[in-house]
Amino acid sequence: MQVSKSFKKVIFLELAIPVALLILGIYHGLMQTIYRSGAIQQTSFAKLDYYQGLTLHGVINALVLTTFFAVAFGHVTITYYFKKETNKRLMWLSFWLMLSGVVLAAWAMLAGKASVLYTFYPPLKAHPFFYLGAALLIVGSWIPLYDWTRMYLKWKKENPTTKTPLAVLGTLINFIIWFVCTLAVAYEVLVLLIPWSMGWTKTVNVNLARTLFWFFGHALVYFWLLPAYIMFYTILPKIAGGKLYSDLAGRITLFLFLIFSIPVGVHHQYSDPTITQGVKFFSGLLTYGVAIPSFITAFTIAASLEYAGRKNGGKGLFGWMVKLPWFDEKNYLFSYFICGLILFVFGGVTGIVNASYSLNKVIHNTAWLPGHFHMTVAGPVFLAIVGMSLYLYAKMSGKKIMWPKLNTIIPYLWVTGMLIFSFGMSWGGLRGEPRRTNLGMTYLNPDSELFRSDWVPTTMLAMLGGVIMFIAGMLFIIIFFGTIFRKKTNESVLEIPVSEAYHDEKRTPLFDKLKPWVITMFIVILLAYVPALLNVNKNSGPGAPRYNIDNPVPLEANQ
Amino acid sequence: MKIDKIEKRVIITAMCMMGLFVFSLLYAKTKYKSNVPECLPYDKAYTNPKINQIDDKTYQVFSVASMWKFEPAEIYIPVGSEVDFYLTSKDVVHGFNIAEKDVNMMAVSGAINKTTVKFEKPGVYNIVCHEYCGVGHQNMHAQVIVNYPKAK
Repeated sequence: MQVSKSFKKVIFLELAIPVALLILGIYHGLMQTIYRSGAIQQTSFAKLDYYQGLTLHGVINALVLTTFFAVAFGHVTITYYFKKETNKRLMWLSFWLMLSGVVLAAWAMLAGKASVLYTFYPPLKAHPFFYLGAALLIVGSWIPLYDWTRMYLKWKKENPTTKTPLAVLGTLINFIIWFVCTLAVAYEVLVLLIPWSMGWTKTVNVNLARTLFWFFGHALVYFWLLPAYIMFYTILPKIAGGKLYSDLAGRITLFLFLIFSIPVGVHHQYSDPTITQGVKFFSGLLTYGVAIPSFITAFTIAASLEYAGRKNGGKGLFGWMVKLPWFDEKNYLFSYFICGLILFVFGGVTGIVNASYSLNKVIHNTAWLPGHFHMTVAGPVFLAIVGMSLYLYAKMSGKKIMWPKLNTIIPYLWVTGMLIFSFGMSWGGLRGEPRRTNLGMTYLNPDSELFRSDWVPTTMLAMLGGVIMFIAGMLFIIIFFGTIFRKKTNESVLEIPVSEAYHDEKRTPLFDKLKPWVITMFIVILLAYVPALLNVNKNSGPGAPRYNIDNPVPLEANQ
Repeated sequence: MKIDKIEKRVIITAMCMMGLFVFSLLYAKTKYKSNVPECLPYDKAYTNPKINQIDDKTYQVFSVASMWKFEPAEIYIPVGSEVDFYLTSKDVVHGFNIAEKDVNMMAVSGAINKTTVKFEKPGVYNIVCHEYCGVGHQNMHAQVIVNYPKAK
């Protein structure tokens, strides 16, 4: 379909700004692995400190890229399926709020006033602009939900007996999860942290802040993941040359995510004080619940791919695999998606380890953790996001991709690097190697008395993986901006591949309504979080004053 | 609601598998006492670092994390000791990981964390801070020394 200039402009900006920021984000990813391996043994490189770089890496790659993309992809999906553009005024408002948030936070981070990592646990204090920036980014990303819900309700009135398209349902569910979970972090930032960082309140309850953060923090990972899931269900079967195995399976998956995404947050706090073992165990059970939709997805997508492979002429038990478009220049999205899925197999399995209550003690906060989540957020999520960003830009601008052959190879390069990196990190984690630590200064420095020779091979592997991923990432950025600077040669259209369903089940009203599921979500959240918050309230002692990252004496005492 | 037969089987299999996992966790919890840290109400008494010997094989350690050290920094105990670690932080959030013994806790200001562990083999066990706690994080380290002659 044709879309207006203003619509295109917002989408292009929301796609291109995070890709430009990725230069900084990916550079710092590489640098982490170099510092950690002991190849450099210093606190900073090129005037950027290790922990400052780690903060930039996390915030840009995991918060800015994902949020901007989810909003842009949501606009595009809703517009394309309803054949009606989303409200331009609200699009611009949302964009400017998010961008101003990013600018404020970026200034704080680059100035070295917010090296608190992307979890910003108090009582390490960041500059108020860092918190304000995070709040603006979040509030900006709320606005589209209002507009999309309005369009959805109108469409529903006009088409009461038609199934809601799976992609639309996914987009709405994702942003409902996002809205509800970010309420907690908005409260944390606006009510607890900003007044405290300004010095208006003396102390902050650290345990409460952590619990509120993880109310948001785990749902956040599904907010990253669901746009990728939407693509796997509604786009991948089509471009593989087949159909989606089951439409209903997709709906069940989405609704299970809606129910279970938020209430599982406590499983990030297994090692925390103030929360009882019972509440933690319950959180573990719920986390197993949220593993079910991913198992369903693994099967449904694999079955869809097998269907496609056989339709393309593949025979035998594995013959269908050969017939998939692995290296098809015109169909490059397939390479991005399939590579993400390969990584997600390992990401999912390691995730279940983390969720498994007492098993978590083995790996909590070790290098295993980044090893795990790089195979989710930097696997299927990242590859689907960058692949789709390039696709949408090329289609909507009417330009041809630069270096199309190389473009299909990038995801394979990325997977190779990621598997090596994550293997090194996971192995190191099992040997007790901590995450988020400038290891080169002490543990990986042969001159230090803390030197750990058993972490040498693991960090070396991680660095090798990091170098390969850096090359893949930079090649993508070159291709993306190379494409932007090309001349328009095709007609510019908004077009997303749409898969038909192989089993297109009849509309079941229960699986086409949001209300009962949203109510269930709230009930499960209350069951999980009322006890957790009561625990925190009962077992917490005095709050903590503000600390700068470089001084064991609180800020107040220094003045 | 009608769903494909194979799809249904997959859903049931996935649920059975998660059920098996839950059973394993409960089994480990009852049989091997494998559990996550205990939660205690805040008490100021735990904010003074010390080592209490309860009897010849039972110890209490009040470990206090601060930027960028653990107190006590060296914990000498005999082989076969059972140690209750009580952990808190004086300032920002710290981590407390004895990888060989799967002791894994967060040290949070205004809260007390607790876990119990038995040291059956002699040796030096490293305690590594595994939560970012400021510029000196990578130096934050302590040791449990089992069955070594007392240095001081």
